[in-house]
Amino acid sequence: MFKILSNHIIAPEIRKIEIYAPEIAKRAKAGQFVVIRVDERGERIPLTLVDWNPNKGSITLVFQEVGVTTKKLGRVKKGKYILDVIGPLGNPTEVKNYGTIVGVGGGVGNACLLPVMREFKRAGNYTVSMIGARTSELLILEDELSEVSDELYIATDDGSRGYKGFVTDLLKRFLERRRPDLVYAVGPTIMMKVVSSITKPYGVKTIVSLNPIMVDGTGMCGACRVIVGGKLRFACIDGPEFDGHQVNFDALMNRLRMYKEEEELALSLLEKSIKR
Amino acid sequence: MVSRRSVPVRKLSLDKRLKTFEEVVLGYTESEALEEAKRCLKCKLEPCSKACPLNIDIAKFVEYIKERRFKKALEVILEKNPFPAITGRVCPQEVLCQRDCTLRKLGDPLAIGKLERFLGDYQIENNIMDLKVPEKVKGKVAIVGSGPAGLMGAVELRKLGYEVTIFEALHEAGGVMVYGIPEFRLPRRVLRFYINYVKKLGVNIVLDSVIGKIFTIEELLRDYDAVLLATGAGTPKFLNIPGEELNGVYSANEFLIRINLMKAYKFPYYDTPIKLGKRIAVVGGGNTAMDVSRIALRLGVEEVIVLYRRTEAEMPARREEVENAKEEGVKFMLLTQPIALIGDENGWVRKVKCIKMKLGKPDASGRRRPIPIPGSEFDVEVDNVVIAIGAEVNKLIQRTTPDLKVDRKGHVIVDEYGRTSIERVYAAGDVVTGAATVIEALAAAKKVAHTIHRDLHGGD
Ligand SMILES: Cc1cc2nc3c(=O)[nH]c(=O)nc-3n(C[C@H](O)[C@H](O)[C@H](O)COP(=O)(O)OP(=O)(O)OC[C@H]3O[C@@H](n4cnc5c(N)ncnc54)[C@H](O)[C@@H]3O)c2cc1C
Ligand SMILES: Cc1cc2nc3c(=O)[nH]c(=O)nc-3n(C[C@H](O)[C@H](O)[C@H](O)COP(=O)(O)OP(=O)(O)OC[C@H]3O[C@@H](n4cnc5c(N)ncnc54)[C@H](O)[C@@H]3O)c2cc1C
Ligand code: FES
Repeated sequence: MFKILSNHIIAPEIRKIEIYAPEIAKRAKAGQFVVIRVDERGERIPLTLVDWNPNKGSITLVFQEVGVTTKKLGRVKKGKYILDVIGPLGNPTEVKNYGTIVGVGGGVGNACLLPVMREFKRAGNYTVSMIGARTSELLILEDELSEVSDELYIATDDGSRGYKGFVTDLLKRFLERRRPDLVYAVGPTIMMKVVSSITKPYGVKTIVSLNPIMVDGTGMCGACRVIVGGKLRFACIDGPEFDGHQVNFDALMNRLRMYKEEEELALSLLEKSIKR
Repeated sequence: MVSRRSVPVRKLSLDKRLKTFEEVVLGYTESEALEEAKRCLKCKLEPCSKACPLNIDIAKFVEYIKERRFKKALEVILEKNPFPAITGRVCPQEVLCQRDCTLRKLGDPLAIGKLERFLGDYQIENNIMDLKVPEKVKGKVAIVGSGPAGLMGAVELRKLGYEVTIFEALHEAGGVMVYGIPEFRLPRRVLRFYINYVKKLGVNIVLDSVIGKIFTIEELLRDYDAVLLATGAGTPKFLNIPGEELNGVYSANEFLIRINLMKAYKFPYYDTPIKLGKRIAVVGGGNTAMDVSRIALRLGVEEVIVLYRRTEAEMPARREEVENAKEEGVKFMLLTQPIALIGDENGWVRKVKCIKMKLGKPDASGRRRPIPIPGSEFDVEVDNVVIAIGAEVNKLIQRTTPDLKVDRKGHVIVDEYGRTSIERVYAAGDVVTGAATVIEALAAAKKVAHTIHRDLHGGD
């Protein structure tokens, strides 16, 4: 049982939650994630470790309420418990001084970008963050990201903040003028695909943090398999970060659609039961 | 005159079977057990005990059954094997204790497994637990993994006077017995009884703890006198053919975890889904392939076809489960090897491209090697494919424990006593042998528990 220390809305349908998990807090590293299960009937889902505090014994997750599990997690009040938190899982980001790093985030991926850019900055890199969202209200952790970035660029689809258009357009323009040593992208799969296709002709090393459907998160099921360099790899133990130029994104996007109907059914049932 | 035939075991009727996850094999009643026990010839050579990896004194417990002294009979087993209601259900007796039974010269071997199970069920019904442990604590041992090897190691070490903590990665204890073997073969109440027993012995089971991630082996060695690796062989193998990333394709482990651990057959009451169509192909010929096939039938799949590259004689599954699968309507396409999976425009698997095989000379495993017949390709139409061709050792611990020596396949290398390349670190079960059996994992773990005792205290 793991105690919820706080649970706040930070943007429409996006929440930040703090959980008491002292052993994980002691060992968490940027780029890693946890698997959580809310209750006895619950699904196991992966969420990125956004922050952790070894002194307080807490970990912080940021998630979008997209389906049954994230909605259930959103409803667990401060002081209550969830059944399982397993981690830290996945390989940590390889942090070293690359030179100039551009971090690209989209949607809730901006939260996942934060710990990674923080570590890159700490390792002496010149950090440029580009964050995008559909609209200004959905832009999260802007201040926190700004603190760990030497430059910060913002894009919104509707132009309500920063550049009007996709965050990937910002990257394209940047590359026309400057040559970073590393591009790091985390967010919607389509965004990571576009980022990788933009950087490829420039030969800029590109790391993406993949988000396939997972079950155990420990290499036991293969649900998270992705094709990288023509080979099957398990995102939970071989990743979640991979060379973006080697990833078959279309296969990943297809796999993410596998349970579309079931997810909708489960969500509508949950919403009915909440209303009742 | 001894009967040539074993007392047949009662099974759940076919129509009931296909609608529920209730146990299929119902086990012997008291009178059936008595009648079967009477068939034992009490041979001097005891070929049964010799073939049992735990050397259970079979003739002795059978004798007690004959005398209706069931508690006594049970105690004979418990001396060697703390989990008879499990092994009585899942052991491949036909290649172990029953293999060399003298009665085979006349007809059926003695149904030793069924008799063991009878006593195991008697134990559970009467809540018989041997909870004697020495009072003085001799040391602390950490066990990684709560499958048969981990549980056996824990029982044995507790009885030798050690404080034991089991770390388990999943949110439930039991290893393959909880996430792999379905309830209709091993009811969860049986497993729960024994997990509860292990806890009552004073073993601390810590769930949700992935060793190598939350604690490294090095860290465990700081807090414990010894570490026993019992992490199994839990990473699924794929065929490495085109199309395995398609939707509708599952590894057997994913299929089984979704069903057994996450209860996807109760979706949407439980949150984890599974998505099956009308026709599914299961690739493989082991227990796992049989379990997946029989589960699929219970979930309403209309046609289940097992694709296996050799013949029935080479199938590694327990004989009894192959028979059960056939009775329930599982179809078999033998000497058939998939070479590609083909999807539709929505990225869902629709066809398995196969090639026919023939058997050549025996290979390293002693089984005849299958060889493809050129030009014999054909397609099988499907809505799902489940790949049940085995599992290998998870690389997770190895990655954070560079000093741990493993072989080419990732199996942890141990000496004949179960010691690994790192001092105070031991290993037993599938992590050493690769995917094997429950009883072999039990036997190995027991031996290693005594090695640990010897190394720490010079005990035997
Ligand atoms: C390593 C990793 C780290 C992740 N970190 C975060 C995070 O920090 N914050 C966060 O909000 N989400 C994160 N995700 C995605 C998150 O796991 C899913 O959003 C979650 O599983 C949805 O569960 P649900 O039951 O609420 O929704 P479901 O009902 O399962 O799905 C609802 C919708 O979400 C989509 N979806 C389902 N699973 C995923 C997935 N794995 N990735 C993307 N979309 C998915 C579905 O296609 C569907 O449209 C991460 C995923 C991975 C693999
Ligand atoms: C579907 C199926 C059916 C089978 N049927 C039979 C049968 O009928 N009869 C038979 O004799 N055998 C059968 N087997 C084989 C048998 O189950 C195994 O040989 C046996 O379970 C091996 O025991 P083990 O303790 O070595 O490993 P496992 O049972 O695999 O247990 C290992 C445990 O360690 C945990 N673990 C792994 N890594 C870590 C880590 N890093 N940190 C913490 N915990 C970890 C795992 O989660 C797991 O719980 C079957 C196997 C399968 C898959
Ligand atoms: S999530 Fe099961 S293997 Fe990666």
